[in-house]
Amino acid sequence: MGQLQNFSKGFIRENPVFVLLLGLCPALGVTTSAFNGLGMGLATTFVLVSSNIVVSLIKNYIPSKVRIPSFIVVIASFVTIVDLVMEAYMPALFDSLGLFIPLIVVNCLVMGRAEAFASKNNTFSAIVDGLGMGLGFAFALTLLGGLREILGAGEFFGLSLFAGDGMLVFVLAPGAFIGLGYLVALNNIVKKKLD
Amino acid sequence: MAKKESTFLNMVLTLVIVAAAASFTLATVYNLTKEPIERAREAARQAAISMVLPEFDELQTLSFIPATGSEPLEFNLGFKNNELVGVAVATYTSMGYSGVIRAMVGFDLDGRIIDVVHLSHTETPGLGDKIEKGKSDWSDQFAGFDPSASVLRVRNDGGDVDGITAATITARAYCDAIDRAWQTFMANRETVLKEGGE
Repeated sequence: MGQLQNFSKGFIRENPVFVLLLGLCPALGVTTSAFNGLGMGLATTFVLVSSNIVVSLIKNYIPSKVRIPSFIVVIASFVTIVDLVMEAYMPALFDSLGLFIPLIVVNCLVMGRAEAFASKNNTFSAIVDGLGMGLGFAFALTLLGGLREILGAGEFFGLSLFAGDGMLVFVLAPGAFIGLGYLVALNNIVKKKLD
Repeated sequence: MAKKESTFLNMVLTLVIVAAAASFTLATVYNLTKEPIERAREAARQAAISMVLPEFDELQTLSFIPATGSEPLEFNLGFKNNELVGVAVATYTSMGYSGVIRAMVGFDLDGRIIDVVHLSHTETPGLGDKIEKGKSDWSDQFAGFDPSASVLRVRNDGGDVDGITAATITARAYCDAIDRAWQTFMANRETVLKEGGE
């Protein structure tokens, strides 16, 4: 598999949210607006790439029976770093996302890529995989966040599109499930067309 | 290269090394970000104070225990040319829809509200977050509000404050936070004014 394909698989073919259905907790929880989705996606991308690098570097020194706890410690460290750095240098973004950053630790996507890809491939492939999957995750979250923001609040990235309150259900939790359902269906159609 | 075998010694050593490396990295990052984080928090507090007070050139901080609650309220006395111009009270409520809501309320010397700005909350995005100044002009109605002449409760409860559609609980909680600040301010007004040199 070429590196280009390795990178692009995260967007449609193996999109973490729409196809692998990994990391749904942040995907449903933070996507009340496109901006939140994008911020969460990029923070996850950073953690994913960093943990993929470290896991692929240390994979040969870790006995297989303790690999999961070791990977978790690596991931949790990077999440804490993101948390601290964001609060220190990006207080505005931290205000809206701060609550959800620690959730990246329990995001199955990060653990899943460490276990399924980074621990079996070389560092360069792992970086490409982390970037592709992370940006695919950010893409999915921005799409879902944008959809919910437009339908629920009549705004897109905070810009007002039409007057009025929109459909409140899309801002609340049920809207996340409804929106995700339609986006998964849409992604399946696109995937079939591509094949 | 072959993977390391899962012997007891190998496993213990690996976990110890991984944990030690992680602790070391985190301690370093924590030390590096400690100051900027405190600066960012302090800047946010200062920004909130200057939003709810008239122009001032000196601040003095006192704290009073409110009658309804155990956590003390922080009173920021703003001085202009050594004269007390207003008091910014950092207040809170736990009556919100989820978690604690914190707000900064500015009072003039008679106890009229100058302005209110939220500090932190975890209310529902899109509904309860209308208490934020940037999201809605809802909280502007408190500017110039006189709690001794009007009732600091939402209209549903017989007060004079407009509620927020679909977020009555949040609006009610915000009134509770402001009311806590006002009650405490009025109860300690003498002390505050004495500190202010009158």
